[in-house]
Amino acid sequence: MTLNSPIQPRFPLLKTWRAVAIGLAIGVASPAFADNLPEIQRLIKQGQYPQALEKVDEYLSSKPKDAQGRFLKGLIYTEMNKPTEAIATFTKLTEDYPELPEPYNNLAVLYAQQKQYDKARTALEMAIRTHPSYAIAYENLGDVYAKLASQAYDKALQLDSANSATQNKMALIRDLITTSGKGNVKPTMPATSAPVAAPVVATSKPATSTVAPTASIVASTPGAAASTPKIVEPKVSAPVAATAPAGTAADDVSKAIAAWASAWSRKDVKGYLSQYASDFKTPKGIPRKAWEEEREDRIAGKPGKISVSYDEPQIVINGDRATAKFRQHYKSSSLSGSTNKTLILVRAGNRWLIQEENAR
Amino acid sequence: MIAVHKFAAFSFAFLIAGLACAAPAANPATAGQLSSSVSDSGPEPQLAKIFKEIEGKRLDMALQLTENLLRQYPNFRLGHLIKGDLLLARTQQIKSFGAMEGAPADKVDDLRAEAIIRLKGYREKPEAKFVPRYLLQMPPDQRYAIVVDTKRSRLYVYENDLTNGGRPRFVADYYMTQGKLGADKLSEGDKKTPTGVYHVTANLPRQKLADLYGNGAYPLNYPNEWDKRQGRNGSGIWLHGTPSNTFSRPPRASDGCVVLANQDLDVVAKNLQVGLTPVIISNSVEWLSLDDWAKERSELNKAIEAWRSDWESRDTDRYLKHYSKRFKSADQNFEEFAAQKKQVNAGKEWIKIKADNLSVFRNPSKEEVVVVTFDQDYRSTNLNNQMKKRQYWLREDGKWKIIYEGSA
Repeated sequence: MTLNSPIQPRFPLLKTWRAVAIGLAIGVASPAFADNLPEIQRLIKQGQYPQALEKVDEYLSSKPKDAQGRFLKGLIYTEMNKPTEAIATFTKLTEDYPELPEPYNNLAVLYAQQKQYDKARTALEMAIRTHPSYAIAYENLGDVYAKLASQAYDKALQLDSANSATQNKMALIRDLITTSGKGNVKPTMPATSAPVAAPVVATSKPATSTVAPTASIVASTPGAAASTPKIVEPKVSAPVAATAPAGTAADDVSKAIAAWASAWSRKDVKGYLSQYASDFKTPKGIPRKAWEEEREDRIAGKPGKISVSYDEPQIVINGDRATAKFRQHYKSSSLSGSTNKTLILVRAGNRWLIQEENAR
Repeated sequence: MIAVHKFAAFSFAFLIAGLACAAPAANPATAGQLSSSVSDSGPEPQLAKIFKEIEGKRLDMALQLTENLLRQYPNFRLGHLIKGDLLLARTQQIKSFGAMEGAPADKVDDLRAEAIIRLKGYREKPEAKFVPRYLLQMPPDQRYAIVVDTKRSRLYVYENDLTNGGRPRFVADYYMTQGKLGADKLSEGDKKTPTGVYHVTANLPRQKLADLYGNGAYPLNYPNEWDKRQGRNGSGIWLHGTPSNTFSRPPRASDGCVVLANQDLDVVAKNLQVGLTPVIISNSVEWLSLDDWAKERSELNKAIEAWRSDWESRDTDRYLKHYSKRFKSADQNFEEFAAQKKQVNAGKEWIKIKADNLSVFRNPSKEEVVVVTFDQDYRSTNLNNQMKKRQYWLREDGKWKIIYEGSA
């Protein structure tokens, strides 16, 4: 089997090294899998979790100790948003195969989703103890440290935990690659091999850098999303049609529009920009950066309050694209008015991001 | 390329530099030295170790110690800030104390000030052979005295060591919080802590208090007679605890009250005697060697004894020599007082004065003032009277003179 190389271009916003790691993982991944595992993998990618679970149980009934199978089972539970079962599965794996870093890593991701950062930290430190150069775990550990730091600062400075809204962007590991035994690579440098396949990043907080601050969203696993527990079909590659019920999708699109208007009203430029897809069509095709600066200037640079509201939008969903039409009401100290707005949103993981914005 | 984290070099140089700047203040010439011996109460010893680890760039150990500290003091904000910095240092370079992006500067400054002043207080514990100049004579039934140094944000507890002739014996010291705008209170609402000789006037239990006051409150008798004479006003200066959401407050945070951590207040409170325990608040405590202290005490005791025996002599002129020309009681100036005394003494065939339970506390102020309090037993030909009397003595031209007198 191959891990979907089409996934790779969909991670443009991850830190570069992560993206590289994914690419490298692809070639390495397949040999480690036996028999039914590719089929299970495929089902997972298609979002057919109950079927995948059935298959993996079948597989494990003949090989109950098999690390790969159990790892996939943990993943499926994660995808199905069953953190308790997922945690139990990965925990058992760490007990039986303490030398494998991936179960520790995923355990940490699950703990972090539950805001149990101390446990997440312990798990990641274990992953690093077994594989001192395990990049993903370091990256995730960095996130956990940042979270713990943020919690400590909240306590120190009596902040009202505005930070806790920041979502978890830790990477879940999709493949067990460092399986003990021959030929498995301890990932060190991307130039050799990396343990990682398709790290799944949930709705990320807007990156702080100016580089592509939006849409750091990738092949979603609902499990990795801190906020939305509902299952969203991951779009893995073009051939796989999204099968989410339209109702759910429409709700998600509504939420995206609400978040967009709310961030705008709050003058939360980062939050506002994070609602735009990385391939957002800027007006007149100006460079993304220039557009972002202009928006920042118009939003954060505007004196006084901004209020953005809108009438009930009409939403049409077509696969992974949605068109939302609504009347937008804008009010600031210097300007107020209403326009007809059309947003074209694209699905990115479990989020919908604005790809086009037109006003008439 | 690979994101193996730079465990960034992380220095508290800013804080350490701050500490260096805050080196021990020069004490008045007469005062003694503070030793480098250490106090072992409160979180200071652990804080000191943590900063030592940080200076030595052993951040993992520092974090471990900080986590231990927080297990002991879960609401210790300073500890949480250090923990935040140490964790953040694992993900990025840290340049300042309270390195969180967008951290409110005022709160970080408060915690930095607390760190500096706690460490300083820890490193500079008073030496056993020096005593606060203020505690010249404690009455036998007074077991403890409180001395507060606002500059050091420190509250010292002394025991009246009767087995050693009533010499003050150091018991413990604690970090304390003073008014937002410092010490030397003058007027209502100036957010300053008064300096002077006070005592606790009541014990307000926790159940009767808002959470702000923590485990208890002990009102002080500010403004005292001397304050009123100096035109100082305001009210509601208490010694109290800390609200439940924090272990301690910044060094300057109250509206003038003296604030202790609840656990410290609980210990101190056990030794407070309402109406008796002095709380002497100074901007910068003066320390005397035991010899100098004994000398000053004996000099004052002699002056007081001379006043007493001259009163008994019924020689009014001799008696009045103990009073300053600027003397004022609640209702008399010196002339009125002198005239009355002359008239009263003329009608007496004998006068017997006893002054028991004498206390002599030096007032922390530029003027040399001592507060003298005693139980006065007055007997004479035609009148007996018992009262608790308080006098303020002022050194004028090298001689101790009474400048105020009244019932206490």
